[in-house]
Amino acid sequence: MEKRVFFRSSWLPWVLMAPQVAVIALFFFWPAAQALLQSVQQSDAFGTSVEWVGLENFRNLWNDQTYLASFYTTAIFSSLVAVLGIGISLLLAVFADRIVKGALAYKTLLIWPYAVAPAVAGVLWLFMFAPSVGVVAYWLGVMGMDWNHLLNSTHAMALVVMAAVWKQISYNFLFFLAGLQSIPKSLIEAAAIDGARPWRRFWTIVFPLLSPTTFFLLVINVVYAFFDTFAIIDAATQGGPGKDTAILVYKVYFDGFKAMDMGGSAAQSVVLMVIVVALTVVQFRYVEKKVNY
Amino acid sequence: MTAAVAAFRAGNAPHILQVFEVGTATMMASKGAIVPVGKVMKDAGQKFDPKAYIPAVGGYYTAPSGEMLSMPFNSSTTVFYINKDAFKAAGIDTTKAPTSWPEVALAAAQLKASGHKCPLTIAWQGWTQLESFSAWHNVEFATKGNGLGGLDARMKVNSPLHVRHIGNLANMHQQGLFVYKGRANVPEATFISGECAMITTSAGFYGNVKKNAKFAWAIAPLPYYPDVPGAPQNTVIGGASLWVMAGKKPDEYKGVAKFFNYISSPEVQSASHKRTGYLPITTAAFQLTEKSGFYKANPGSDVAVNQMVRKVTDKSRGIRLGNYVQIRTIEDEELEGVWAGKKTAKEALDNIVTRGNELLARFEKANKK
Repeated sequence: MEKRVFFRSSWLPWVLMAPQVAVIALFFFWPAAQALLQSVQQSDAFGTSVEWVGLENFRNLWNDQTYLASFYTTAIFSSLVAVLGIGISLLLAVFADRIVKGALAYKTLLIWPYAVAPAVAGVLWLFMFAPSVGVVAYWLGVMGMDWNHLLNSTHAMALVVMAAVWKQISYNFLFFLAGLQSIPKSLIEAAAIDGARPWRRFWTIVFPLLSPTTFFLLVINVVYAFFDTFAIIDAATQGGPGKDTAILVYKVYFDGFKAMDMGGSAAQSVVLMVIVVALTVVQFRYVEKKVNY
Repeated sequence: MTAAVAAFRAGNAPHILQVFEVGTATMMASKGAIVPVGKVMKDAGQKFDPKAYIPAVGGYYTAPSGEMLSMPFNSSTTVFYINKDAFKAAGIDTTKAPTSWPEVALAAAQLKASGHKCPLTIAWQGWTQLESFSAWHNVEFATKGNGLGGLDARMKVNSPLHVRHIGNLANMHQQGLFVYKGRANVPEATFISGECAMITTSAGFYGNVKKNAKFAWAIAPLPYYPDVPGAPQNTVIGGASLWVMAGKKPDEYKGVAKFFNYISSPEVQSASHKRTGYLPITTAAFQLTEKSGFYKANPGSDVAVNQMVRKVTDKSRGIRLGNYVQIRTIEDEELEGVWAGKKTAKEALDNIVTRGNELLARFEKANKK
């Protein structure tokens, strides 16, 4: 039986929701509407002459081979970031949960990277992997691996994925840790008494009970990879070599903020918005069915 | 520039805006947002003679109508730096820097043979190896006088000479004679650190080298192909100029005009030129610097000026294209494909032309009024 609470008053729910609705309208609906409007216009950099062009900005995008290629790049980048980010942080959270001594220190250190701005994260990793001066690039060279993300696409992709994952792990870690701590110890102890080894206990008890958290993080991480990573890319590779790390949001940023092509950039952000909305709908419709609340 | 656009849209633009050369066409097309410098100076009653500027500098910021639109400020061009200590170690004569590309390749091979890991690197690859390269060899980079003659200019960088040069560089890259160190001015650090022995980059790099290089070095003109008729011609301008934004009070424009008058005085220009390596933008400043004996005391500091103070041709006056920021990025992307060995020089240059032309057509359409 589902329990529902009803408000008798017809206006009270609206009043209670008003602050949140106002914030969303101001910071989401209004900019989104602006993007929609600009996507059907073409204007000069300063906006002194604005011309209505209908769907031409979108047509230009479909005719641009490199734009279509960046869908593929984005798919690879986002799946790597989401899967690695969630996987590694789950592992860390499970270990941190078992630690008895100095747990607080570990937890604090693990949460730290979240406070780092994306651009700074990009630069940090860039310094470590810079082909001529980077520490890690030097070690790799000593071990016989010639690291060069300036021209090697795989290296470049690895670099931006590492930076993006590293930054997001803390966030995921916090949620997993909280999720783990809310799992009743008695369940795990009971399984242990029945003879289940840690590996089996994890997959049959802990992981299913964590599934709401995992699902939430999946949605958040995909959105993160799609929207919040352009600063990392800009600082680390500028989308290069060629266009091999130029994900969709980076091109939105570059065309809009560096190249001043407002119409084209707005059209791209509309496309991006549609993709993310579609992905989120898919996740809620299909993946959520596997979640046990 | 981005911040200024945002400020302008919010009705809070600065009076003076410094814009790099790549943004020049965008600024020129934004007629409602700017006031031509010529008009500002005239209205304020300041003496202003566009002919006082070095032709390759002044001409670049002048509209086809002959009106000067922005104030030349830190103008640079492309030059060639060599590490003399590295040359000596490799047993190369340092009294004269390599002047032609075959000589550069030869020196690079000798450096490599002596164990040098990075004989040559290139900063601003699109600017130095395609744009300035074109003017230097008196071949078109784009039609319509490289875009100075109108918005309907189209790219021409897939000529046989361009293909030959990029092909040569690709060969050098494969043999480890040229090492790619990144976009824009990122490679400059590898010259300062001594890792790379030769670099083509901006004349504005001079101040940095002078201050930080811990080895003997020299500036030389950009290398060229001696068999190309008309080469070397002149190199193209880079750096930035100052734009005056619209919508301010007349008295404030008077102040702007006074300030411009001050910064373009021969003394100020000459001092800045000596300190930074950027060009002395007026002929008077050049003469003043010469008279002070600076060029004699600092050999090589006049290289950039000499490359610029020549009689220009329609193919070498400068390059001013719409959506130039994106075109530069396309140049970077496609050239990286060549250095990585994924594309031939011809394929990459053809791509630059096709992709660049799409952007030019769009810019023309958006700005035709």
